[in-house]
Amino acid sequence: MRSRQAIQLGGPVMLVVVAALLGSVASTSTEGYFVNALISVSIVVALYVFVGNSGVLSFGHISFVAVGAWAAGVLSVPVEEKPAIMPYLFPFLRDHTVGNIPSLLIAAGVGGLYALLVGLPLMRLSGLAAGIATFGVLEITHNILRYYEKIGPGSNTFSSVPETTDLLQAAVGAILVIGVAFGYQSSRFGRLLRATREDPAAARAVGVSVYRQRLVAFTLSGALAGFAGGLYVHLLPLNTEALYLDLTFITLAMLVIGGMTSLWGAVVGALAVSGLDSLLAEAENGLQIGGLSVDLPAGTRIVIVGALMALVLILKPSGLTGGRELSLDRFRRPATKPQGESPS
Amino acid sequence: MSGTISLAVLGVDWQVLVDAIGLGAVYALMAVGIGLVFGVLRLVNFAYGQLIMAGAYALAFASQWSWPLWAAVPFCFAVVIALSLAMDRAVFRPLRTQSPAVMLVATFAIAFLLQSIALLAFGPLGKPASSLGYLNRPVTIGNVDIRKITIVAIVVAAVCLLAVVLMLERTTVGLHMRAAAMDFRTARLLGVNANRVIGSAVLVSALLAATVAIILTVQNPLVTPDFALRDTIIVLAGVVVGGMNRLLSATLGGFAIGFVTGLLGGALPTADSQYLPSLVFGLVILVLLIRPAGLFAKSGGQVERV
Repeated sequence: MRSRQAIQLGGPVMLVVVAALLGSVASTSTEGYFVNALISVSIVVALYVFVGNSGVLSFGHISFVAVGAWAAGVLSVPVEEKPAIMPYLFPFLRDHTVGNIPSLLIAAGVGGLYALLVGLPLMRLSGLAAGIATFGVLEITHNILRYYEKIGPGSNTFSSVPETTDLLQAAVGAILVIGVAFGYQSSRFGRLLRATREDPAAARAVGVSVYRQRLVAFTLSGALAGFAGGLYVHLLPLNTEALYLDLTFITLAMLVIGGMTSLWGAVVGALAVSGLDSLLAEAENGLQIGGLSVDLPAGTRIVIVGALMALVLILKPSGLTGGRELSLDRFRRPATKPQGESPS
Repeated sequence: MSGTISLAVLGVDWQVLVDAIGLGAVYALMAVGIGLVFGVLRLVNFAYGQLIMAGAYALAFASQWSWPLWAAVPFCFAVVIALSLAMDRAVFRPLRTQSPAVMLVATFAIAFLLQSIALLAFGPLGKPASSLGYLNRPVTIGNVDIRKITIVAIVVAAVCLLAVVLMLERTTVGLHMRAAAMDFRTARLLGVNANRVIGSAVLVSALLAATVAIILTVQNPLVTPDFALRDTIIVLAGVVVGGMNRLLSATLGGFAIGFVTGLLGGALPTADSQYLPSLVFGLVILVLLIRPAGLFAKSGGQVERV
């Protein structure tokens, strides 16, 4: 049914558009929150492409965001400024600088290539072994980016990257990522992979190669994550610590809270948690709500997001959206299965 | 005698060797704590490190209030046990029927939650826990300087492991735990009380966490919110590498990763020592690829399905 597909793609895109429009009328100081939220959408949807469709947990996706950010960042810093902040670069990185769009494409390419290389051996694993191995990838990537100064700034902050990611670019980027994710999940590959998620034995029995399907999704997901990393490094000066455990936690939390088996869930989760997070960040700086002054101590944000994630997992493991795509059937036939929650 | 000679020929530094065994011993204790709970619940407790962190903070506060040792140590145990039982009640119990992946993510969330609560409550700077500081002094054996705490760690680990083995082999509750680890449903059918056996496993794992907290605060007296976080990540990797299906293989995995980390840390030239985590996790991935069920797992055992 074409209309159903249109809604499944249209819903998430509309949410992104609404967030972008809200951001464009917001004050300059709050606009940053919206740009951040849109980048979170890109990262979480990238994570969803693999985790959601395959049902295999990955703690390693922030590695692909990180290499994407490194690739786009290193290649975007103007040549004359490179020696000052990255004195040990390889010559070919030192002598070349590309524009904004090429740098994002390169970020996607590097992210995808890295995911392919990592996935070739790792996709043979499943369950806990896969979880720990992807964690290992994150540790190794973080460790190398932090200390290997021939490919980036090492432990320093990535300064002097042109800050080209504005509201428009973040929104277009997020819509692009959603579009690719939707195209993938509607394709033959996406369907085969979801079949392996639902019943690996049955999928194998009809001739699906679990390994190959997971590898395809992992590579695509790595490319999207790399692209998101490119957008991210063009937004603000990053360092390796910003692309490590905390980001892994918060993006996984977004996916789980939204509902990790649907695109709709990934987008809803990313926007809902980002919205809450921004509100709490404001409250940490002191916020006035209707004459009531709220002033939360710094660090409250992660406590609340962590508690929320634990609560969702305990009370409703399928997430806010129930892990289903947006569909009008719910509203047409509310009697069959009442869904109490209203997304976002 | 020939052993010492061949080791000397290999250029083994005794200091490094003893430290590596010490680290392996502590990691083995953590591995037993994680493995016991996994055995009965099929749950990988990512938040195990935060139990240790809580115990370490208990010791830090005790030393701030200048409590004597005989009060500080029970206080540490009490805090860890209370937190562990609360975690079981509030998190593990409702999640019992979920898939291992969901439980892993949930304990990941709990770990972050507890860490950020510690950050909020105690600040990022850290608190010193110095009551047992004298154990950091070295004793000289032959011509090797060994910190007393390393010897204490090895001895304590050996005693604790022995106690756990005796508990599992010689007591009713240990028998129940082994039965539950083998097949929880059948064990329940045969009259094993689920809550009791899980409660005991959680309790014993908390006792081990408190013990580890005491040892680690001597080695590293500055208690910060991310205390023991890195160790837990490494031990989790070690436990999975060793093989989660048996407590023995999980323990050996924990010891092995500590031992290897210690050896590599001593063997790497100083300029390259910053790449130690990459090396260790590279090895972890390599071993997982060769033996996904675990390095020390019995061959032919059932491989976990997704």
